[in-house]
Amino acid sequence: MLTFDNCGIYCAQADIYIDPWKPVNKAVITHAHSDHARIGMGSYIAHEHAIPVMKYRLGADIKCQALKYREEIVINGVKISLHPAGHIWGSAQVRLEFKGEVWVVSGDYKLQKDSISAPFEPVRCHSFITESTFGLPVYKFPDPQEVHDDINSWWRKNQEEGKNSVICSYALGKAQRVLAHLDTSIGRIYTHGAVDNINKLYEENIAALPVTQRIDGSVNRKEIKGAMIIAPPSAADTPWMRSLQPYKLGICSGWMQLRGTRRRRGADRGFVLSDHADWDQLNTAIRETGAENIYVTHGYKSIYARWLQTNYGLNANEVETLYTGEGLDDTLDTETGKE
Amino acid sequence: MKAFSELFTNIDQTTSTNEKTDALVNYFATADEQDTIWCVALLSGRRPKRTVKTSELWEWSGELSGLPTWLQAESYHIVGDLAETISLLLPPNNETHDHALHDVINDLMDLANKDEQQRKAYITGMWKQFNKQELFVFNKLITGGFRVGVSDKIIIKALALHYKIDENVVAHRLTGQWVAQNNTLKALLAGNDNSVDLSKPYPFYLAYPLEAAPEELGSIDDWFIERKYDGIRGQIIVRDGALFAWSRGDDLLTEKFPEFHDLVNILPGGTVIDGEILPVRDGKYLPFHVMQTRIGRKNVTKKALQEAPLVMVCYDLLEHNGIDIRHLSLQERRLMLENLLEEIKKEHTVPLHISPLVNCNTWGGVSAQRLCSRDHSCEGLMLKRKNSEYKTGRRRGDWWKWKVDPLSIDGVLLYAQRGHGRRADLYTDFTFAVWDGDELVPFCKAYSGLTDKEMAEVDAWVKKNTLDKFGPVRSVTPTLVFEIGFEGINPSPRHKSGVALRFPRILRWRTDKSAKEANTKADLVELLNIYGIGERK
Ligand SMILES: [Zn+2]
Ligand SMILES: [Zn+2]
Repeated sequence: MLTFDNCGIYCAQADIYIDPWKPVNKAVITHAHSDHARIGMGSYIAHEHAIPVMKYRLGADIKCQALKYREEIVINGVKISLHPAGHIWGSAQVRLEFKGEVWVVSGDYKLQKDSISAPFEPVRCHSFITESTFGLPVYKFPDPQEVHDDINSWWRKNQEEGKNSVICSYALGKAQRVLAHLDTSIGRIYTHGAVDNINKLYEENIAALPVTQRIDGSVNRKEIKGAMIIAPPSAADTPWMRSLQPYKLGICSGWMQLRGTRRRRGADRGFVLSDHADWDQLNTAIRETGAENIYVTHGYKSIYARWLQTNYGLNANEVETLYTGEGLDDTLDTETGKE
Repeated sequence: MKAFSELFTNIDQTTSTNEKTDALVNYFATADEQDTIWCVALLSGRRPKRTVKTSELWEWSGELSGLPTWLQAESYHIVGDLAETISLLLPPNNETHDHALHDVINDLMDLANKDEQQRKAYITGMWKQFNKQELFVFNKLITGGFRVGVSDKIIIKALALHYKIDENVVAHRLTGQWVAQNNTLKALLAGNDNSVDLSKPYPFYLAYPLEAAPEELGSIDDWFIERKYDGIRGQIIVRDGALFAWSRGDDLLTEKFPEFHDLVNILPGGTVIDGEILPVRDGKYLPFHVMQTRIGRKNVTKKALQEAPLVMVCYDLLEHNGIDIRHLSLQERRLMLENLLEEIKKEHTVPLHISPLVNCNTWGGVSAQRLCSRDHSCEGLMLKRKNSEYKTGRRRGDWWKWKVDPLSIDGVLLYAQRGHGRRADLYTDFTFAVWDGDELVPFCKAYSGLTDKEMAEVDAWVKKNTLDKFGPVRSVTPTLVFEIGFEGINPSPRHKSGVALRFPRILRWRTDKSAKEANTKADLVELLNIYGIGERK
């Protein structure tokens, strides 16, 4: 029912693309990260919480249809519905059913609960298109609560040493997740403009976040002391960041599991916190779909497909896409053009 | 192990030299004496003899993780570090136990006398008792190679702080061969541990690259100018009727250098000379690779001795008649060195040349001399302040190296491979090609030289412009051009291009050039004829 062409994942029966990377008529979008929600589509279908971000990033005039989770629409006989993917707020898996055959496109997902996005729900299907960003057994992520505790005690220690704590993380999703778990009794929290813009959208549409102060022209940098600052990775090594000295830099990413990546980034601390599924989560999710056919997209595609074939006897194939997974430099993600 | 593992984490988690030093000082203050000496030994690259094979580690950890061999191999390829990969693949442990660092090391060394079953029982038993970080450290104890970003300088500083001893003394005591077993830092640093031997070299004084115009160094009359030779920096030591030859990498290479063996009867006892060890033929110094081939061989052949005998170009005298003279000025030390060589040359022919001074009256003259370095088979010039003492390690101020610009050639990016370890998530290992008619011929691999930002850009480009994949390697559309710098060029029948480059690295990304504008094989051959072996002036 679904095919892969040079525009993206295509459903001919409904004449609709899922997360296309070239302009097409009609697109279903799994979530608002910039490698999945791109500019130039005739019309967009997405979860109601993804749409405010897409309008903010792609333009207020884009044509959108908002769906709730599990709400079903029918296009030329194809039943289409969205199901929680647990990746970021408003992220969804896309379920398509035609004449009893069911396909699910996972988009990006994780099984960890993060308290800011609707938790992942397994959806039974015949064919499952999965991401594999961390599809290697060396990626086994720690309990997120431990990581949040580590972040708070790191902040406390830096404060004792008279230093600021800067956390670099994706503006969309990860930043709100980190923020929601900070111990606000430690000190003040500041944000980079790119993060603050997305925080506002979260608060307008979903729920309140801890009180933060946006660092703009009105803020005297000398008053920022022992504080926590949340910034996008693209702010690293900029004059903006240097004006926060003295500070310690922490990076939140699944890649921080590897010592080499931690060291290459030159961060003081790497926190293993990801919005993608690790090895065990991928294996659990795939088995729970009951699918026989698995298509593996961004990540360690060939390795992970081979594992699914040899270990679970599944019909697994790798698919070339332009999804980038969890990058360490989310330059695309912060190009809002509105800063 | 817990304390050492925490030390390791603390050092690993900071980029600040001060914090690393503090972490070490804290560890010295609280840890067991037998553990601290092992800590210093490990961090300075002195590891216990390895008793477990890599294949055994894979096999036993595979049994515990249940993962197939091919997946272990793929994981290793991405992570790039054996100890780390295995620690990540092993199932996590809920309960952990602590063991003293020196006990673990002693147990590991004892495995040498145990059969496979006993070794397996010990290793897998330990694997079930550590958390992830300790597992990594434990595996590193087995495989060796603690590269944590702690320089010898930091270790020396921390020891000097903790034991309240002068840094130069610490540096000297730590140099050379000593053992951690049944030894303590206190004894080692006091110089009365019985493992201190006569062979101990002095820590080398190293120069920084010149950062500003030479004119800023002041009057030229205060400086000695020498050539920077391209061999192995070393020390020749004669003490108590024995001779030792050390390389800068703390390797004792006496056996590899039979040319120097007679010096034991010629040089007075208590002599330490610092210089460059080089092969020579017909009065000319030969390129580095000749030396490299010889060092790589197990035994030195008669042929090698005849074709490319070694000499030392002597830079400095560090010990004279058994007295450490490093605190004297270079001018005084050099005079003593000259007198010493002159004296012995009256009766003997020795493979010792004095490093000649390059006579210049102006800095402009020095600049001109630097430009003809390659004519002398040299890498550039050394500028040394006449009144400088012989310091420890790499220091700014009194000694500078002023290298010639590297040779360079524009190559087309042909293949990309994922980096290892610290660059495991990026395509950063590149193969470059030059034109041979319509064909692109690979001529070198290079890794370093791009900024992080450029690396990310090239990585994204590679992913979008892949033609074909072979395992970890991708071939890409020949489009991007890079300027490759290198220090030397040699003929190499093993390479399709016919040449091998020395120290190739990326100088810059030539975004202004198209693939067609890259250099050709003929250009490489021309460089070979000018700078390669055999054609040297
Ligand atoms: Zn995403
Ligand atoms: Zn993605």
